[in-house]
Amino acid sequence: MGLETLLAEKLKDTVLLSKMDAVINWGRSNSLWPAPFGTACCAIEMMSLFANKYDLARFGAEVLRFSPRQADLMLVSGRISIKMMPVLSTIWRQMPEPKWCISMGACACSGGMFNTYTLVQGVDQFIPVDVYIPGCPPRPEVVLDALMEIQKKVRGEKLLDRLHGE
Amino acid sequence: MQEPTNDMVLNLLQETFNDRILKTEVVRNQLQIEVIGTHVYELIKFLKDDERCDFSYLVDIGGVDFLKNGDGPERFGVIYILQNMNNYLRIIIRTYISEEDLEIDSLTPLYLAANWAEREVYDMFGISFKGHPDLRRILMPDDYEGHPLRKDYPLQGRGERENFSRYEYYEPSKV
Ligand code: SF4
Repeated sequence: MGLETLLAEKLKDTVLLSKMDAVINWGRSNSLWPAPFGTACCAIEMMSLFANKYDLARFGAEVLRFSPRQADLMLVSGRISIKMMPVLSTIWRQMPEPKWCISMGACACSGGMFNTYTLVQGVDQFIPVDVYIPGCPPRPEVVLDALMEIQKKVRGEKLLDRLHGE
Repeated sequence: MQEPTNDMVLNLLQETFNDRILKTEVVRNQLQIEVIGTHVYELIKFLKDDERCDFSYLVDIGGVDFLKNGDGPERFGVIYILQNMNNYLRIIIRTYISEEDLEIDSLTPLYLAANWAEREVYDMFGISFKGHPDLRRILMPDDYEGHPLRKDYPLQGRGERENFSRYEYYEPSKV
């Protein structure tokens, strides 16, 4: 009996073979910790997302972290003024890699109806956005959908890409 | 003591300030008076300190820019709203200042609440308040130029929102 067959025999029920990428991404995608950045009416919809009716916990993302150093999913919901933008980008920089970003609502995505002197016309000018959610405000279901999009994206990542800074 | 009414306050003011009051009217049961800018402080001090009026609460200070529509005798208006906290009587004091002048006495020695309200009027209209302890911008960033609620200020700004030079742009390679 060769060694391989012996090992296979012995470890039959205790060892699973898989790819490193798959295991780590599975963990990451099911434990996204959001850093909520709610600055306006969209934040109200975001709050209902964490409550029992929509219950973000079903997707493993219920641990809101108000310290950016413990979060990996930035949820920008609301208008960002030019006075607020440096705050947002500082918080974004404080979040450790790997990190993702959802821009929720028309205001965060493009300035929305506020085409005025003080509003940043889309946060993607300053921080990289993974998923945009249209709507004013978007329904919580759409945010759930966005979260699932992020999960899909996380599962498709390669760890080595992150290592090389891509 | 008798509670103040519009008529009573109006009579008192007319006795004390007579021709320095330019116009008075009662709109929806609220007394509105118009005075010359240099007398605002004096008049409001009277309204606050006089026992019969006792307007102890400064509700708000607002600015108006009339630009060219001729609604006001001068370009800018400053509006004060005071309230008596015993019977909730309100009074509105209006004054106009010209574009060249742009200065008016601060109410901060009388009301602490005037501090932020005046900073807001300064921020939005560029009207400066003489004697204000800390006249800085309150809503816009400190290095902002211009006063955005003026009617000749473009709605989309003068490029502030596209180029805030003092903040770095996000560069993917550096993060
Ligand atoms: S998109 Fe609509 S709901 Fe959301 S912050 Fe803007 S105005 Fe408010």
